[in-house]
Formats: sequence, C-alpha cells, structure tokens
Amino acid sequence: MEIYIKGFLIACKGIPTTVWVSLLAIIIGAALGLLLALFRQTNNKILQVIAKIYVDVVRGTPMLAQALIMAYGIPQLLQIANPAFKWPNMVIPAIMVCGFNSAAYMSEVIRSGIQAVDKGQMEAARSLGMSHGMAMRLIIIPQAIRIILPAFGNEFVTLIKETSVLGYVGVVEILRQGQLWNASAFQPFPAYIGVALAYMILTIPLSKFINGYERKMAKKEAAA
Amino acid sequence: MIEIKNLNKSFGSLKVLKGINQNVKEGEVLCIVGPSGSGKSTMLRCINRLEEPTEGDIYIDGELITQDNLDKIRTKMGTVFQSFNLFPHMTVLANLTVGPTNVKGISKEDAEKTAMELLKRVGLTEKALEFPRNLSGGQQQRVAIARALAMNPEVMLFDEPTSALDPEMVGEVLDVMKDLANSGMTMVVVTHEMGFAKEVGDRVIFMDEGVVVEEGTPDEVLNHPKMDRTKDFLSKVLV
Repeated sequence: MEIYIKGFLIACKGIPTTVWVSLLAIIIGAALGLLLALFRQTNNKILQVIAKIYVDVVRGTPMLAQALIMAYGIPQLLQIANPAFKWPNMVIPAIMVCGFNSAAYMSEVIRSGIQAVDKGQMEAARSLGMSHGMAMRLIIIPQAIRIILPAFGNEFVTLIKETSVLGYVGVVEILRQGQLWNASAFQPFPAYIGVALAYMILTIPLSKFINGYERKMAKKEAAA
Repeated sequence: MIEIKNLNKSFGSLKVLKGINQNVKEGEVLCIVGPSGSGKSTMLRCINRLEEPTEGDIYIDGELITQDNLDKIRTKMGTVFQSFNLFPHMTVLANLTVGPTNVKGISKEDAEKTAMELLKRVGLTEKALEFPRNLSGGQQQRVAIARALAMNPEVMLFDEPTSALDPEMVGEVLDVMKDLANSGMTMVVVTHEMGFAKEVGDRVIFMDEGVVVEEGTPDEVLNHPKMDRTKDFLSKVLV
C-alpha cells in the first residue's frame, strides 16, 4: 500500500506545473479562440480563410507533433536569425502550444455559442443604433459566454489531460513525474496508477462543477 | 418625416415588395394591415434597414438612409418587435440604459432617471431591477417599448407588437401604444389589431402580395373598403 501512496504523492508533485500550464493555456486559447471565431463571422474573406486554415491545421495534427515543432523546431528556425536562440524555459513553448491548440477547439465552441444567441438580439441592439462591434461586445458575447460555459469547462478538462504529452518536450508535469520515478524505482503499476489518480483529482471535481452549472442553467431556463 | 420611394425587395427570386411609395407625416399614426406574407413586416424592416432594400430610397427628415449614416439614423427610430427581444442578461433598468449610455454617451445617472420615468409611464416602476424572464409577455413588451423610447426617437416602428402575446395581455400593450399616439409620437404600426387601427390610426394601408392595395382613413379602408382583396381579407379577420 505504501508504494502506491508514494507513487500518488510523486505524481502529485507535477500538479502545480500541470495546473499552471493548463490555466495559462486556456486563457490564451479563449482569447485567440474568440479572435478566430470573430474572424469566421466577418465578411472579410481573407480573415475567414486564415481562421479556417488555422482550425483545420491544428485539429488535423496531433498535439505531440505540434509540441515538438514548437519546442525544438521553432528554435532551429529562429537560430537562422539569432544563433544563440533557445527557449529560456521549456514551459514557455509548452504553454504556447497548448494555448494555440486549444484556441482551435475554443473557436468552434465560441462560434457555436454566438450562433446560438437569438437573431432578434442583434436586431434589437442594432435598432438602438449600436454598431455591429458594440452589439457583439455588449449584447451577443455576454450571452454566448453563458451558453458556452459548460463546453468551455469540458475543453479545460480535455486540455488538462492533453498536457500529459508535454513530458516529451522537457516539462516535468504529472505524467513525467511518474515516469521519472518509475525509471529509477521500477514500479510501473504504482507509478502510473498514481499518475492517473493525480489527473482525476483535477478533472473529476471540475466535471462535477460543470454538470452542476448546467443543471442550474437548465432549471433557470425551465423557470422562464 | 419618412418618405419611401419606389421600394422593392426580393429574397432570391421571390419579390416581396413591388414598388412601395409612402409618406409618413410628423405625428401621424400609420397602420399597415394585410395577410401574412403580404410584405408589411418586410417594409417596416426596410425602413430601419434590418433588411437591405433591393431597390428604392428611404428618407427620414429629408436625409437619405445609407449604410454610412445608418447607426445615426437608427437612433431616431425606435423599433418594437413581435418577440420583444429584450436583453435577457440585463435587468429591466439596464435594458433601458444600455442604448442611451453607450450609443448616445449619456451619463448613467441621467439615463437611469429617464429610464425610471419611462417605466412609470408604462406602469412597471416596481420591475426595474427584475430580469426580463421574470416578467409576463405583456410586461416584457411594455419594457421593450420603454427601451425604444429611452433613445428619445422621432418615430416608433412596431412590428406586430401584440401577435406573440396571450390574449389577456394584448390590451395593456395597446393602451401604452394609444397613450404614445396621443402624446403626438409618429408611429408606423404593422398590426392585426383592427380595433387598434380603427381607434388610433390616422391612416391605414392594406397590403397584399407586395403592393399597397388600398389606403385611406381607418373608416374608409376598414369599414368601407372598395377593393375586393381588402373586403375578402377583412371578412376573414373581422368575424
């Protein structure tokens, strides 16, 4: 039993890194995702195409490949201009790649949220003399956020699990902690069960919270 | 005040409006009646450019409405929709102040003061801090009228304002509209309420298949129609 507790505690040492990377990445993902979603909504064909290509490329490639490109590929490219370039800390490309990856998925979530807001809301806002941008900011996006909050939470859960690939690019997060311990202690079962448990104490409460929020919103809807 | 010149609107190959010419004078209450699909709502939506006319010009106070002056022109026109379209994430009070503060740059205090006066006028002072979902349909529509009035418009456009209401709530909304008409507001009202058109309208136009079939005083059009299409329509609605 003791060996399992040890495995779990070792995996838990990776929780702060996993949480920080996920948190910063989801913020980048939400901001960039909103931008991409707005690009898709504009009448500007070039912006539309840029957003579409971005989403297709990111969703069509594994995050591990993206992480390797960001962590090792990009420095090689940048060294052409500046031979001394290297990432000061491998957590930086890790956060970036998770954020950029998440943005593609978030943009789809945000886009569907914006589309789910009743068309009459934009008409009412424009009829008051609001510009399209002002109507989006004051009327449409605040309502879209409420609609997408559960999907946003689910995306966060997915992202937390996805960060497990970051061990391959030099970030010592939950999974990597378990791997490193196993490499010296040869305890694969306790090590990886510990890793799984460490993820679960992050993801399961979060999922429960999202479900609770969804139920609350459904009740509110039913009462209206 | 509003001049509509040769207004045409098509959706794809479907011609919804075929050469509408109308003038609405200051202080006039124009009621537009007609069967579903006659183009009456489309005409109203062309006035505030929620629909882009295929052809024709619309002037307000002699100024041609274009894409460039649209936001400014819209502040002169209050619009009330069939489905209320209140902003559900804002209180009643915030629904009334969001336009004046953000579009017109009026201070929050002044906007709230005006908003409370308007809520008093529509009889909903005590609902100021409620959210729209806690209001009945009739109350929501009265708030929607107050929201449009908060922009201090020169003309009010009503797009079937009572069609989505339970019958017992129609009266309270029509009362607010009558009060507004009596105060001298210029109004264009698309409606199925013949009683309202007769009592409050200065002029009635009957539309069918994208054209104005008949127009005149409410008495002329609704009590003594000349055209067969008008007679036919009225015999169906005035049971």
